[in-house]
Amino acid sequence: MSDLTSSDERLRVISTDAPPGGQSRKTGDFEPALTLMGEHDLCPGCGEPVALRQILDSIDGMNLGQKTIGVVGIGCYTALTSLMDIDLIQALHGRAPSVATGAKRMRPDCLVFTLQGDGDMVNEGLQEVIHTAARGESVTCILLNNGVFGETGGHMTATTVLGQRTKNTIDGRDAKRDGYPILISEMLAQLQGTTYVARGSVHDAKGVARVRRFLDRAFSSQMKGQGFSFVEILTMCPTGWFLPTAKGPEYLDEQLGAVHEVGEIKKDGILIERKVSPGR
Amino acid sequence: MTIPTTEPTTEPTTERRLMEGSEAIVESAIAAGCRFFTGYPMTPFTEVLEHFARRLPEEGGACINAESELEAIGQAWGAAATGFRAATGSTGQGLALMQESMSEITRAEIPIVIFNMSRGQSDYYQATRGGGHGDYRHIVLAPQSVGEAVELVQLAFHLADSWRHPVLIYGDYLLAHTCESVAIERRDYGALPAKDWAVDGSLGGTGRSRNLNPIGMTKGSKGIDPNGFWQALWEKEQRIEAAEQRFEVEDADDAEVLIVAFGTLARFARAAIQDLRAEGLRVGLFRPISLWPFPSEALARAAKGCRLVACLEQNSGQMIDDVRLALNGSHPVVAIGGISTDAAGFGIGALLDSERIASRARDAYHGRPVSQGVVA
Amino acid sequence: MSRPQPKGTVVIDTARCKGCELCIPACPPSVLRMSTRRNASGYLLPELLEGCTGCGACLLICPDYCFEVYRLDGDQQPARAANAGTVADTRELPVAQETRG
Repeated sequence: MSDLTSSDERLRVISTDAPPGGQSRKTGDFEPALTLMGEHDLCPGCGEPVALRQILDSIDGMNLGQKTIGVVGIGCYTALTSLMDIDLIQALHGRAPSVATGAKRMRPDCLVFTLQGDGDMVNEGLQEVIHTAARGESVTCILLNNGVFGETGGHMTATTVLGQRTKNTIDGRDAKRDGYPILISEMLAQLQGTTYVARGSVHDAKGVARVRRFLDRAFSSQMKGQGFSFVEILTMCPTGWFLPTAKGPEYLDEQLGAVHEVGEIKKDGILIERKVSPGR
Repeated sequence: MTIPTTEPTTEPTTERRLMEGSEAIVESAIAAGCRFFTGYPMTPFTEVLEHFARRLPEEGGACINAESELEAIGQAWGAAATGFRAATGSTGQGLALMQESMSEITRAEIPIVIFNMSRGQSDYYQATRGGGHGDYRHIVLAPQSVGEAVELVQLAFHLADSWRHPVLIYGDYLLAHTCESVAIERRDYGALPAKDWAVDGSLGGTGRSRNLNPIGMTKGSKGIDPNGFWQALWEKEQRIEAAEQRFEVEDADDAEVLIVAFGTLARFARAAIQDLRAEGLRVGLFRPISLWPFPSEALARAAKGCRLVACLEQNSGQMIDDVRLALNGSHPVVAIGGISTDAAGFGIGALLDSERIASRARDAYHGRPVSQGVVA
Repeated sequence: MSRPQPKGTVVIDTARCKGCELCIPACPPSVLRMSTRRNASGYLLPELLEGCTGCGACLLICPDYCFEVYRLDGDQQPARAANAGTVADTRELPVAQETRG
């Protein structure tokens, strides 16, 4: 492929205004499945809609669109509810796991999932997700983790990593002053009621594809009634990180990803042995 | 997917038997089709949870031992959002934790019944003013006896569904733990509209999927219209206020002094009034059954011929605000109740004594000062 | 040099694009680059060079759902962009006409 990256004068710019004529197959639609409209006002370079695409495609791929109830927390992603063509219940900051519990108890044959940010789930709602996991509710909690409270402008949460600059840790999170980040996936994996736990990241296409696989496994586990499943998805927030959008993926991978490590953590109720990086 | 029937699977008890208030409340809720409950133990609410935990699985329902009141109100929210009759409860302190959610549930127009088995009457403000953030009220019904509680619990589920609005049952220790001879009969309050708004997953992918939310977000549109949303909620509350005032008046036609009292305390007031009447004192009783909407016009009418209104409540003076607002300066209003509780703080105070109440009412009747503050 | 057989192409919804540039490094054959054209919102737009394989990586990574992906069969040659130029004259290019596939 190396000759394609040589001098631009030798390369033609291809028109991308209209579908190709002649023999071709569309292999990807603009919008994800189960979407009413694709337009949203989230920041350029935001990882949350990238994650949402995989969630909706996973639900549709399993043919569960008409048997799904989503319970949404409060954060930037709340605005994405206008796009989602699935039945939803809007919950309060941190409280989605309990609402999901009530919904699942009354509609046990539905796929019930929560969609929450790190500020929502790990700050405000830490006890809710822990109790729901410990109870082994067959719901899937999904965490969009960008290490900040995005909607208020980029403030420290319980998952903010040491050294990360936010509006209220402007010189970097300091352990002595601000404490340490909570690694929520690892924490929930310790509970007996938890069956499946995985953490993915949408910083590159390979990561996105992996997120899709984790979601498929989590949802599948729920539909088999196997207890609590959890998928944490690291997402870019260049606005909250004071970065140009193009630097978001690298920051996600190298700063957040170094602490909140990507991978499957628990499967079928069994913890998976993982290599733990030194010096975290 | 259709919402399954909420008919109970067993016949409701129809023969009279001795039942403590907590049990009667639970049996009545089950007769009303409640199939989900969740709660956290706290005196004097605990037995309500115990009875639900025992009975709901027998009825094909679910009862969760919530890890805290935050879980409880959230779980009830989720269950009710799917269209089933659901309830939760606590006592005042636990309800304090639930207030944010209760405010949002009210705005999302989700029907839910909440029990406050209160430690006295000090939660009147919390119950009637919209104890959480923002501008809202929910319906509050205050039974005076186990028999009335059986009625009001079923009415609560009906009103909740009919208005898509939370209803709070204001009970107390005495109500929860007194045994009375009651028969539970299922009451039919009339047809209710189908719960098209309930979230059951079935509209996913149709373009008409639901988002049951407390701020008026709509699918396919990026913005919200808070003013429009609040206008609609306010208008609904105005309609509820006009339609759902409930009260009882006794001996007011010739009364000089009208006692206003709610809940179990009103029964003590009634006994006191009987004694006062026997002495020749013309005293009547006005008992609000709905604390919100407060039966203001009815109170003003009942007080017409009176020269004094005496507000009897087991707190430092909360309902007295509504009494004064209802009368709008037409009568002098004096407080003859007070904070009164037992050594454990559960609300079985010295004020719960018809002779004590009669004495305080007699003082008010004769224009003598009534001691304020604590009644010990 | 002979041009490799094009395997795929994309349609880009330039109206919705927010110029975040995530698609650029995400593309495995590196055939996306930022142009100097802007849409009506003022965002810089990506453009496609020869060599797309239709792998869909751009579609996966795009936060604004701006990509539609096609696999080309047979002797398909994707159309040359009417307003394409070399790197040198990009400064003079007009505002791109916004497209929606």
